[in-house]
Amino acid sequence: MQKRLANWGNYPAIASEETTFTQEDQLRTFVSNHQDLIARGNGRCYGDASLGKHSISMLRYDKILQFDTEKGILETQSGVTLDQILDIIVPKGWFLPITPGTKFITVGGAVASDVHGKNHHVDGAFSNHIIDMDVITGDGNSITCAPGQNPDLFWATCGGMGLTGVVTRVKFDLKKIETAYIKQTQIKAKNLEDVIRLFEEYKHYTYSMAWIDCLKTGDAFGRSILIVGEHAKPEELSAKQKQAPLTLPAKRKLTVPFNLPSFILNTLTVKIFNWLYYNKNLKREINNVVPYEPFFYPLDAILHWNRGYGKAGFVQYQFVLPLEHKDGLVKILQRISDKGWGSFLAVLKVFGNQDSLISFPMEGYTLALDFPVRKGLFEFLDELDEIVLEYGGRLYLSKDARMKQDVFWKSYPNAEKFAAIVKQYNHNNTFTSLQSERLALTK
Amino acid sequence: MPSVLILGAGSDMAMAIAREYASKHYDIQLAGRSANALIPLQQDLQIRYNIKASVHDFDAGAFETHAAFFASLPTVPDITICVFGYLGDHDKAQHDWSEAARIIHTNYTGAVSILNVVAEAYAKRGSGVIAGISSVAGERGRMSNYIYGSAKAGFTAYLSGLRNRLFHAGVHVISVQPGFVNTRMTQHLTLPPLLTAQPEAVAKAVYTGISKKKNVIYVKWHWKYIMLIIKNIPEGIFKKLKL
Repeated sequence: MQKRLANWGNYPAIASEETTFTQEDQLRTFVSNHQDLIARGNGRCYGDASLGKHSISMLRYDKILQFDTEKGILETQSGVTLDQILDIIVPKGWFLPITPGTKFITVGGAVASDVHGKNHHVDGAFSNHIIDMDVITGDGNSITCAPGQNPDLFWATCGGMGLTGVVTRVKFDLKKIETAYIKQTQIKAKNLEDVIRLFEEYKHYTYSMAWIDCLKTGDAFGRSILIVGEHAKPEELSAKQKQAPLTLPAKRKLTVPFNLPSFILNTLTVKIFNWLYYNKNLKREINNVVPYEPFFYPLDAILHWNRGYGKAGFVQYQFVLPLEHKDGLVKILQRISDKGWGSFLAVLKVFGNQDSLISFPMEGYTLALDFPVRKGLFEFLDELDEIVLEYGGRLYLSKDARMKQDVFWKSYPNAEKFAAIVKQYNHNNTFTSLQSERLALTK
Repeated sequence: MPSVLILGAGSDMAMAIAREYASKHYDIQLAGRSANALIPLQQDLQIRYNIKASVHDFDAGAFETHAAFFASLPTVPDITICVFGYLGDHDKAQHDWSEAARIIHTNYTGAVSILNVVAEAYAKRGSGVIAGISSVAGERGRMSNYIYGSAKAGFTAYLSGLRNRLFHAGVHVISVQPGFVNTRMTQHLTLPPLLTAQPEAVAKAVYTGISKKKNVIYVKWHWKYIMLIIKNIPEGIFKKLKL
């Protein structure tokens, strides 16, 4: 069916022919007879990675195949979303080994973006937890791969944005938990120096990230709230929480029912929001035990929050810079602050080391923030790209909707090798996306 | 635990119905042309909902196997839901009998064959529910799909007659007229969003309809009135339309 599709940023939007399937053989036949396909999960990547002429909707391919509750191993078809998985595994005492900031993504999407979470510095990215998986490559064959089996396909598929083929089945390990709660600590940092020092001081914590105010200048430049946490132990729960330690209290869902007019977000409202956000914490340090949902997925509580940016949509700009280039981070933040176009939430995190082919994370600082699409934005982001390049950093393909191709080829050290593997499995450009065309990874 | 038999369990609609009933703690019997292909759904239902699910080979067109198939089920199900259907290629069916026959045998003859067996068992037992997924296409023949439509019309009439007969035996029969549903069967069509239901909505409507002992249900309420209008257009005018 011809559909208007856009991912989470609502930019770009295109007309695409969408196909669904429920059995693997239906998909294999379809793949071997078509071109210019791209698999699409729940559309939560921000940019154009899963947009193309023909999209294969994975959402009906969503069966849970095996759950070993003793060893904590889950095997699923790739269209199942993380929120469904959490509903199944948490009551049995297991958690996702890695989760991004939304639970509304599919397992296949987690592989294709090789997602990271607040625990990257301890547990790595999603690829670190995959036991094996099946990929339907350009000729319609299904190939099983793992770090020790067809490793070239495996590593080009993790973070490969769907260009090696369609991920259909994934087996991965889970994390043991005793409660569905997180013992968290929030610490206010006066400025960028302070928060970077705090990241170092709190690096033994499993989960950490900081909310950062990109609009502040002067002494308070880069003021932040560092948020760290651990899965709570039963004895840390309140009497009420202890009654059912693995069950979360029911909660209401809010939604943004339609696109808000874009003038609502301006420098003033963002400044007010940021002031409120920073000053809601009266004490320098807050310690409490919270359900896992608000800790990992604060924005999921507001369905369709992306509509808050208006009809023109937004792009999320996420880059990583090597640890030794803190000065690059200062430079970029300075530019964003000067411009005053920043968003409510900018998120700062320190990645641990990751040795992979094409995945985004590398040891260093990563910053993510939203920019509503407006005149002059892409030129401004091109300028930021130059700084990212200068300091040896790169951009996250899952968020990207506009990077120029030379930025990609210069910033990803294994780009050539990745493209060669893609060519090998993606016969005749069976799989192409707006992004792969834009970055000249296909054709 | 109560149990549901789903005939034609491979479709999007059937999967949604299976999950709806499993979430209400029913054991599920999944029957389809390839039992093997239904194993992922079986595992999914068992893991998600902690119920028993089984898979069974069932071919709607193999009439002679239907009695043995039903007798081989682990238990006589409390509810039988006939979901299978075949839209087919209408243009092809106009000149190619094999396509026309497949449409008729899947949507009508096959359904009658298996439900006759189920009906006998339920009548003898004096309890049970039979649900048939028919189609609004069966309410008036149109030039674009009258072969499918006439097969569904036959099925709708069969269900209403069966309901009449089995009422006196304590068995309930419900006819479901889904209207457009967003499934693999209709993915090549451009459907009006307001009139198109998701498979999950059909599943919920089936569950509620059965619980409330409804006789005929439309999934999206608009359809009841649309069909009322379509059925009331005088034939002299109707034949001139290109529907």
